Amino acid sequence: MNINMTLIGQMISFALFVWFCMKFVWPPVTQAMRERQAKIAEGLDAANRAERDLELAQEKATSQMRESKEQAAEIIENANKRANQIIDEAKEAAKAEGARLVAAAQAEVEQEVNRAKETLRAQVSELAVAGAAKILGKSVDASAHDDLLNKLADEL
Amino acid sequence: MANNSSGSGLDAGVYIPHHLTNLTYGKLPAGYERVNADGNVTELTSSTWTIAQTAEEAADMGFMAVHLDSLGWSLFMGILFSWVFYAGAKKATSGVPGKLQNFVEIMVGWVDGLVKDTFHGRSSLIAPLALTIFMWVFLMNALDWVPVDLIPAIASTLFGLEYFKIVPTADPNITFGMSIGVFALIIFYSLKIKGVSGFSKELALNPFNHWLAIPFNLFLEVIGLITKPFSLALRLFGNIYASEVIFLLIALLPFYSQWLLDVPWAIFHLLIFPLQAFIFTVLTIVYLSQASEEH
Repeated sequence: MNINMTLIGQMISFALFVWFCMKFVWPPVTQAMRERQAKIAEGLDAANRAERDLELAQEKATSQMRESKEQAAEIIENANKRANQIIDEAKEAAKAEGARLVAAAQAEVEQEVNRAKETLRAQVSELAVAGAAKILGKSVDASAHDDLLNKLADEL
Repeated sequence: MANNSSGSGLDAGVYIPHHLTNLTYGKLPAGYERVNADGNVTELTSSTWTIAQTAEEAADMGFMAVHLDSLGWSLFMGILFSWVFYAGAKKATSGVPGKLQNFVEIMVGWVDGLVKDTFHGRSSLIAPLALTIFMWVFLMNALDWVPVDLIPAIASTLFGLEYFKIVPTADPNITFGMSIGVFALIIFYSLKIKGVSGFSKELALNPFNHWLAIPFNLFLEVIGLITKPFSLALRLFGNIYASEVIFLLIALLPFYSQWLLDVPWAIFHLLIFPLQAFIFTVLTIVYLSQASEEH
């Protein structure tokens, strides 16, 4: 339990170890810890930013999706309309064509009828004269009855 | 902890003081009468630096002596602490830390928190000081876990050394060496922060702020100031010395029964040793924060 120079020795070594710790141990360790803290804070920040970015992107994607859906619907509607229109037009055209064909046919028929009538008209006086001659037993002069024959032909 | 080869029957009055005597290297004055092992007396013709052969010789050396064992083990523990922490600090990265760096960072972070809780000034000294005190004192205390006869037996067999006491904190020289260092820092910070006049005013005008009370105040405050290093040193010394004595007493039991007391006592010191280191550290921080705060 003697107090002696050990005391001085311990004081000197105490000072030396504290100095060593202060100079070579404390600064690098605390600096590393501070740097890591900054890194972690940065990382968390980046994560937050990324989350926000993701949210924005998702919002954008949904809005684009909605827009494109609307566009698609519009396109389909237009297409339907156009198709109906085309069908209508085709119907109209068909009807018109049909009508035209009918009209042409009728005109032809009329023409044929007229032609037949003309032929008939041309032949009616001959037939009438031939008939009358058969009935009378002698020939009949057709020119003597021209007026009557023409009247008959016109009645046809 | 305990192991004595000769079994029970050792005289406690011899065994314990023997184990509590330091390996002392010091100066014996001229004309000193040394009693040799064989009982012969030789008188020294001139003052000699030598290793004390008996406890009386160690005491007679007075101040001009060094406890080689305490100081050596204290230095060894301090170097161990510095080396381990330096190894951790040298490779410190802000990336993924290794195991050693993790440990060093845990200790540094813990001590840093401790200091920041108490000490509100700005100082690059207090925190490393606190870390050094805690680790060093703990390591020195931890030497008390080494079986009490192991190192002395090696020292006596290999080097023929009569006395060898390895626990530095059971030597008041060591604890006072540290507490006087802390005391010097207290004075230094008091003068630096408060100035000479501020510090004297604090000593003279507290607790009774009246000129008539100055002598009384001075008496109280100076006693209070001086008490700090004493309480620091004696608390640590007393605790570890007492633990050591109990370990030595247990070592006197028959070898087959020592574990009954030895093991619980050693386990109990898992609490005591860090706690004593912690108390020394915290009180140092508190004293220094008091010294650097203006009232």
